[in-house]
Amino acid sequence: MPIMTDLHTELKASIIEQLNLEDMEVSDIENDEPLFGDGLGLDSIDALELIVLLEKDYGIKLTDPKKGREIFESINKMADFIEANRTK
Amino acid sequence: MSRSVAVTGMGIFSAIGKDLEENHSSLIHGKHGLSTPEILETIHQKLPIGEIKATNTNLAKSLNLDESHAFTRAALLGTIALKEAVKNAKIKDFTNIGFVNGTSVGGMDMTERFYREYENDETNRRFIQAQHPGFTTEQIAGYFGINNYVTTISTACSSAANAIMMGARLIKSGRLDRVVVGGTDCLSRFTLNGFNSLMIYSEDFPKPFDAERKGLNLGEAAAYLVLESAELAENKEILAYVSGYGNANDAFHQTASSENGEGAYLAMQKALKTAKLNPHQIDYINAHGTATQNNDLSESRALIRTFKEMPAFSSTKSFTGHTLAAAGGIEAVFSLLAIKHQQIYPNLNFESVINETKLEPATELKSAKIDHVLSNSFGFGGNCTSLIFSKNG
Amino acid sequence: MYINGMASIAAQTEEDLFAGDLKSFQQNIFPATIVNYKEYIKPMMLRRMSKAIKMGLVAAKQALNEAGVEVPDSIIVGTGEGCKQDTEKFLENILDENESFLTPTAFIQSTHNTVGGQIALDLKCTGYNMTYTQNSVSFESALIDAKLQFAEDPDTRCILVGGVDELAKTSTPFYNLDGQLKAGEINTTQILQSESGGTITSEGAAFFLLSEIRTQDSFAEISDCMIYREISEEKLQEEISWFLKKNDLKPEDLDAVILGNNGDKRFDHYYHQLQDTIFKNTLQLGYKNWVGDYNTVTAYACWLGAEILKRNEIPQQLKLNNLDVKQPKSILIYNQYLGKNHSLTLLRSL
Repeated sequence: MPIMTDLHTELKASIIEQLNLEDMEVSDIENDEPLFGDGLGLDSIDALELIVLLEKDYGIKLTDPKKGREIFESINKMADFIEANRTK
Repeated sequence: MSRSVAVTGMGIFSAIGKDLEENHSSLIHGKHGLSTPEILETIHQKLPIGEIKATNTNLAKSLNLDESHAFTRAALLGTIALKEAVKNAKIKDFTNIGFVNGTSVGGMDMTERFYREYENDETNRRFIQAQHPGFTTEQIAGYFGINNYVTTISTACSSAANAIMMGARLIKSGRLDRVVVGGTDCLSRFTLNGFNSLMIYSEDFPKPFDAERKGLNLGEAAAYLVLESAELAENKEILAYVSGYGNANDAFHQTASSENGEGAYLAMQKALKTAKLNPHQIDYINAHGTATQNNDLSESRALIRTFKEMPAFSSTKSFTGHTLAAAGGIEAVFSLLAIKHQQIYPNLNFESVINETKLEPATELKSAKIDHVLSNSFGFGGNCTSLIFSKNG
Repeated sequence: MYINGMASIAAQTEEDLFAGDLKSFQQNIFPATIVNYKEYIKPMMLRRMSKAIKMGLVAAKQALNEAGVEVPDSIIVGTGEGCKQDTEKFLENILDENESFLTPTAFIQSTHNTVGGQIALDLKCTGYNMTYTQNSVSFESALIDAKLQFAEDPDTRCILVGGVDELAKTSTPFYNLDGQLKAGEINTTQILQSESGGTITSEGAAFFLLSEIRTQDSFAEISDCMIYREISEEKLQEEISWFLKKNDLKPEDLDAVILGNNGDKRFDHYYHQLQDTIFKNTLQLGYKNWVGDYNTVTAYACWLGAEILKRNEIPQQLKLNNLDVKQPKSILIYNQYLGKNHSLTLLRSL
């Protein structure tokens, strides 16, 4: 059983809102689904949106956009990264 | 259809000089114009910008405008540069002259200043329409009394290059005999924060075509050329000819350039074709070279595809910063200066080649025989334009 | 230039226009009709698009469909005010967050060439791509460019030309503050008789697929176009005569004129003097009281003129005088906004 936390749900909701994924619901995004490419289909502009989301909501500042790619691989990866680095 | 297009005048105002002479002097002495913001009010006090160190008040004074004027900063810079261009071309009568202006930021400087004031304060409501590029163009046209064919091109960073291209086509077709073309853009919080939010804004001076490039730096400028049909220019000093132009779309991404630089490649191919030149005849390339990871690699690939042997090339954005819509205009002026003085201007801050493409720009001022110069300007929306200026018609 | 396909999105539908069922509005700002954008645009693309991009892309695709063309050789767009919605979104973020926590999406969608770029991207069209943004002659600038291109390049078969402008929630109402919009109670059916300054505004997109050579799909011709930044009333009459002469016509040869009367007492005299003199005996049509005035509303006028020529039918609600025409052959469109950026466009039947 995958561990489902509030953070996972919160992230999904924020992503849907921030990236205007109008037709999607929290339950449509799997925790281990790739967010970019063949999965959800996000692109480099979305990655920049997510970088700001990390800073604004969790106080994590990324300076290298390339790093985003690893962190935003899936909801699971994002949640792990946030738990380990959040300042708020 | 075979009318040649002569450049009979040019004018420029940028962070490296208020006129042609100052700009040329900065280019040959390797003196760049980047500094931290003094006029632009922003929290980004450490970001280098190519700022013109003159307040709007002083610029307006130099043009004798009264206090109720509605000139945006881009209109102020543009009017000053256009004044030099028409003086240079000895034009006094503006009845039969067209004006194609390139601007992208337009009057955003006024919009961002007064946006929250308009509702409750009447003072600056004359700037409500300033948000749109045509407004800035109209201020400039009105100053000189240019009343007929007046239009604005707004294709982001290729705007002025496209304006020059359109002007040349208007003359070639016989629709106009004389037209002022170029562009103007000022610095604004809108664009500074925009590029910063894309994480492609450099905290150091720009390093175009360098392996360690960290992004672009914005600048502000205006530059115009006077184009005339060869018949009209017969008894005038001709600076050069607009011999080639090409416009294509990368059709890849709203902001990023494609990996192999398809749009850039197509634009250069079309320019060479209209100029009836082979790639080896190009003596100098004033590259787009914004110093972003993406542009410089993509442009390098397009250059390699176009040129078997690379001519001397440089990005003068290392002097001026990226002046957005005006870039194609000031770089046209630099290209014409290269022809006039038979010299190649350096690409500042370059240290090591990009691994994938290994292109090495000119890093020092060089004298060279220059008959044909190619100038590249690419923008958001995939808009790519290349121009060719030739010494002889 | 021949029109082989066209489409319009505006505050009124084509059906209502020719059924005599045009709607009136009680506000000085009213939106374009609702279109099912999802039919034309993928959801992942759609999520970032403001109304101008959506309207522009859909009208472009509809025009291409009608002409049976997949990818045009060139794309030329006129937009006076570009992507205002994203501009104000990014600007408000800058002001609210004091230049911090900014995301780039609205910024990259805010440039005036976004519509042209997005059409190219959607169609994978690497050809010539241009955007004009000169207030009320933005669309005409695009038409002139297309005309030049056909003349200079025999390889150019077809060009997509269009005009598009959108409303935005804060920037458009600013026009209440600088006298561009009418104050007080509004009934759009009455505005052309108005004794006050200002007009009403809306939004829309109209796109055309043009070719130099007449094809089996061609249904009307855009013969010529001129723009003037400023022109006096006296000079305007002369220019119109000269413009028509250059196209082998006299004012009395025209079957109809489509005029840009917008109810702004300060500037409608440009139209009135023509209505009273050289076009006294010509069928006069007005449309801005139905679809509002915006920078590229002349793209709608062009669509309207071409539709009249195609159908041989005059929408009765647009008539400004009592003349009638059975078989319209040539139509002139004249427009200006705030006394500036005047344009003349000549349409002919085939």
